[in-house]
Amino acid sequence: MKLEELRFGTELVKRGFASMQKGGVIMDVINADQARIAEEAGAVAVMALERVPADIRKAGGVARMADPARVAEIIDAVSIPVMGKVRIGHFVEARILEALGVDMIDESEVLTPADEEFHIDKTAFTVPFVCGARNLGEALRRINEGAAMVRTKGEAGTGNVVEAVRHMRAIMGEIRQLQGMDRQELSERARAIEAPVDLVVECARMGRLPVVNFSAGGIATPADAALMMQLGADGVFVGSGIFLSENPAQMAKAIVTAVDHHDDPQILAECSKGLGSAMRGLDVHTLPENEVLRFRGR
Amino acid sequence: MAADTDIRVGVLALQGDVSEHVRAFEQALSARIGEHHPVVPVRRPMEIEGLDALAIPGGESTTITRLIEKNGLRRPLARFPGGIFATCAGMVLLATAVDDPRVEPLGLVDMRVVRNAFGRQHESFEADIAIEGLDSPFHAVFIRAPVAELVGTGAEILARLNIGAVAVRQSLHLALSFHPELGQDLRLHELFLERL
Repeated sequence: MKLEELRFGTELVKRGFASMQKGGVIMDVINADQARIAEEAGAVAVMALERVPADIRKAGGVARMADPARVAEIIDAVSIPVMGKVRIGHFVEARILEALGVDMIDESEVLTPADEEFHIDKTAFTVPFVCGARNLGEALRRINEGAAMVRTKGEAGTGNVVEAVRHMRAIMGEIRQLQGMDRQELSERARAIEAPVDLVVECARMGRLPVVNFSAGGIATPADAALMMQLGADGVFVGSGIFLSENPAQMAKAIVTAVDHHDDPQILAECSKGLGSAMRGLDVHTLPENEVLRFRGR
Repeated sequence: MAADTDIRVGVLALQGDVSEHVRAFEQALSARIGEHHPVVPVRRPMEIEGLDALAIPGGESTTITRLIEKNGLRRPLARFPGGIFATCAGMVLLATAVDDPRVEPLGLVDMRVVRNAFGRQHESFEADIAIEGLDSPFHAVFIRAPVAELVGTGAEILARLNIGAVAVRQSLHLALSFHPELGQDLRLHELFLERL
């Protein structure tokens, strides 16, 4: 087979990668040891970071892409896909992670935005992207920019699932509404939510987003993960919830089991036993406005 | 085998692109039988009983291995009397040997498989490939795909690229490096159903 006959980085190849993650748990890790624990527990991928979101909150200052040496160390440690986060709009950080060989890039509100007007033009990359969204309009704008996967934002680093629930319910509910609409109404709705009409029509036809949609931002227990799956998530990202818990390896395994058996209360009860304490968590209503991450990047 | 209209197909639904496999098999069956025929998700040992065919989807083979153990599915899968249609991670699981000790394969197709043989996601690709039994090329999507670097005498290679075999058949089983379930071309599904 000649090299010129192979097509790399197509929409199908990018969205296909996201499809292979479905029904899985993607775990935040900050070093090779954590990455190995995550892989052993059954994670479908790891997110290579310098700090987990709760520690990013604590540290304050400008949060940037992780040190490439750390990302490379994590890539070498595991055989599952490795993802990395870049600042919203920072296409050079994205080029750097692509050059390192990460399998997917998260253009993430957890880091300090580099551009308050534009997200990255993700169609220009071979590597697929995942982006956060709070509602259908945000999700479809990101897909239109080339995102191959969406995750609901939640409120990262809080260990509080309330925003994740709000965002998943918003997206699923908005799609359910579309399904009763005729062409003119869909077109009007597209205008109202500032999304391309063809993507709105596609959602109405499919009854879901046209790409894989994970839940993120506040999942701290197996029950939280199962809740998000029952609300319609294709899988979950768990950030601070694993490695800031008392027993990370057990918590990681339990969350993988909970996602697989999200509709079986007996198994959920069993896997939730004796895990020690979950991460401490924050009340999202007491966060000062400049510490709220979900409003970044609309 | 069962009469076409009684044929029962399941998809191993532990992790991966399960709904894509369900859709593809439902389309292939309805084209064959002329009526809608449900394909069932399989997560528990008892759900395998009575199936004529099972799809093992693409996903992460390390994750799926762990969930097979956890759900007590190893023996029922290894002794499955019907045909298995396996893509990507599924191909890894059907092998007799895998290059990575983290994956314990089921040993149903006589081949040694290398995971992520083309490289990482950056090296994932689409291409038209020739497949034995199909009269024109098949548009195949390879995503962090495995290949069979060694195929034993019991198995038959249906397609190969320069680094190894990408479609391998043994008795009723069909192991593919790529993902026909992501597209609309269902000729490989038909080829598989034909032999059941």
